Amino acid sequence: MRMRPGIVRCMAVERLVPSEEAGDLIALTREICRDVLAPRVDAAEAAGEFPRDVFGVLGRAGLLSLAYPEEFGGGGQPYEVYLQVVEEIASAWMSVAVGTSVHSLTCFPVASFGSKEQRQRLLPDMLGGEELGAYCLSEPQAGSDVSAIRTRATLTDDGGHYRLSGGKAWISHAGHADFYTTFVRTDDHPTRGLSCIVIPAGTEGMTFAPPERKMGLACDTVREVLFDGALVAADRLVGEPGMGMPIALAALDAGRLGIAAAATGLAQSALDLATSYSTDREQFGQSINRFQGLAFMLADMEAAVTSARATYLHAARLKDGGRSFSKQAAVAKLVCTDAAMKVTTDAVQVLGGYGYTQDFPAERFMREAKVTQIFEGTNQIQRLVISRQLLRG
Amino acid sequence: MNIVVCVKHVPDAQSERTFNEDNTTDREGVDGLLSELDEYPVEAALQLVDAAQGEVTVLTVGPDQAADAIKKSLQMGAHRGVHVNDAAIHGSDAVATSLILAEAIKKIGDVDLVLTGLASTDGTMSVVPAMLAERLGLPQVTVASELTVEGGKATIRRDGDVASETIEASLPAVVSVTDQINEPRYPSFKGIMAAKKKPVETWSLADLGVDAGSVGLDAAWTTVESFEKRPPRQKGQIVTDEGDGGTKLAQFLSAQKFI
Repeated sequence: MRMRPGIVRCMAVERLVPSEEAGDLIALTREICRDVLAPRVDAAEAAGEFPRDVFGVLGRAGLLSLAYPEEFGGGGQPYEVYLQVVEEIASAWMSVAVGTSVHSLTCFPVASFGSKEQRQRLLPDMLGGEELGAYCLSEPQAGSDVSAIRTRATLTDDGGHYRLSGGKAWISHAGHADFYTTFVRTDDHPTRGLSCIVIPAGTEGMTFAPPERKMGLACDTVREVLFDGALVAADRLVGEPGMGMPIALAALDAGRLGIAAAATGLAQSALDLATSYSTDREQFGQSINRFQGLAFMLADMEAAVTSARATYLHAARLKDGGRSFSKQAAVAKLVCTDAAMKVTTDAVQVLGGYGYTQDFPAERFMREAKVTQIFEGTNQIQRLVISRQLLRG
Repeated sequence: MNIVVCVKHVPDAQSERTFNEDNTTDREGVDGLLSELDEYPVEAALQLVDAAQGEVTVLTVGPDQAADAIKKSLQMGAHRGVHVNDAAIHGSDAVATSLILAEAIKKIGDVDLVLTGLASTDGTMSVVPAMLAERLGLPQVTVASELTVEGGKATIRRDGDVASETIEASLPAVVSVTDQINEPRYPSFKGIMAAKKKPVETWSLADLGVDAGSVGLDAAWTTVESFEKRPPRQKGQIVTDEGDGGTKLAQFLSAQKFI
């Protein structure tokens, strides 16, 4: 029979979902997490190998395209449901949850800003489950400041192609992806001169630097993508030239929710580990969680996880309801990732000396949590977004 | 090719399992799922109809919750479901279960192949396939780790301790398969959505013409008199080596009649 690990690290969080199929979808996600992700995560993170085949399993099950319209091969699910699937995946394997969120982000520009013809031509493959995307926004000098992008795309004389030169930094899935949703400069204007173009893998003139040596998320391969005269068909530029900035900002709002959900799943996993360990671990003749000092730590961790989940779900429901959700997405990203950092740090504390060893996943959870406060807009940028919208009046 | 797959809804072995006052398994107050060993015949059936033409019908006997076993099979790709659900079935043994399954298969009609798992993961009797074949008057080829269907014949491989046998049977036949035969697919989200529209019929004993007195707890050939929880494992005995560790170890093993 399939491997059924003795220690089930997949959680059983009680979820209210809006439909029967959403309930079945959560059950399917848990089954795949239990059978495919959980048995492999420890060894894979230790080895730092990109688990391309795991994304194949998720893609064939339809889990990589849930929030997109059914007519283009998506699942037609609300964000409220999609994000809870991401959270479930994160509780089993954070790198894979981040990849799921990244892939969803890579499809966003075409789905939301592409012409009807582009959506029909490009989306079925992007959402079909076999392909994986990379999202190329940041550059070494253009992190939080997107207007500093320098990668240049110049139309060829016959108007049939764009010729790209420059480079992108911190790109997840680089070298493994089937397409690269890339923001480039087509004009000198800092904000109105940006455009978005979808580059197929294997494009001549697109190369990859060696992977970054990161603190955590070892299976999320991240590296620079370099362009040296790479030619990309002009009909792969999303929408119109100059729409890059509004596309990037809208995509970030949605992407932040994916990271918020993933951070919540990671925190839940750390809490589950701390709870189970503190029950088994005895000192002075009793379980250590019989001591109030430790039980209250667990209570604070539970409160942090629960409030994180409620926060991202509120933002998701605003989005699903067609309301403005930009501020709430920033709140969710801030609250959920700070919660993940706190809860994973406390999980190491609960496990004591064992928490500091690589024999338990607590230290890995803590390393994985740190980056969630940094990527998809640092938490300082989230505060900027929140305060600006708050004070706009 | 029309295939009927017999599946069972069983209590989840990873959850708390309880018993009713009449010493039968509690199937209503516990988390249940499609018996893991029954995912293999479902997958085998789907592969056979993917390769040729045909329809896969999943058949289950059980209370209301057993509909979940059908739903899971339909999500994997089976075409339609039949659920035999009748209060009088409660407490049925394998003999009665095989009677109900046989009558349901006759009612489904025009069946080329009946597939089952190796055993249910709750009762683990492993006898229903043989009883079913007997009742239907069909050849039985059981414990298949490979299955091919060609030219009106089913051919299986059965792996024993000392040899692997290749066995043929004319169709229609009853075939039970092991967990070595394939790797069951996961449902996809599209499968989940499609399953909602697939037909599921619910039949009573009367629909099958089965006398309620011939099934159920009172008609069972065996009864469970009592049961008790397996005692928790005792802590092991630690032998401290103070120069005589070997002797103490030998004494322990000798006392347990290991040496």
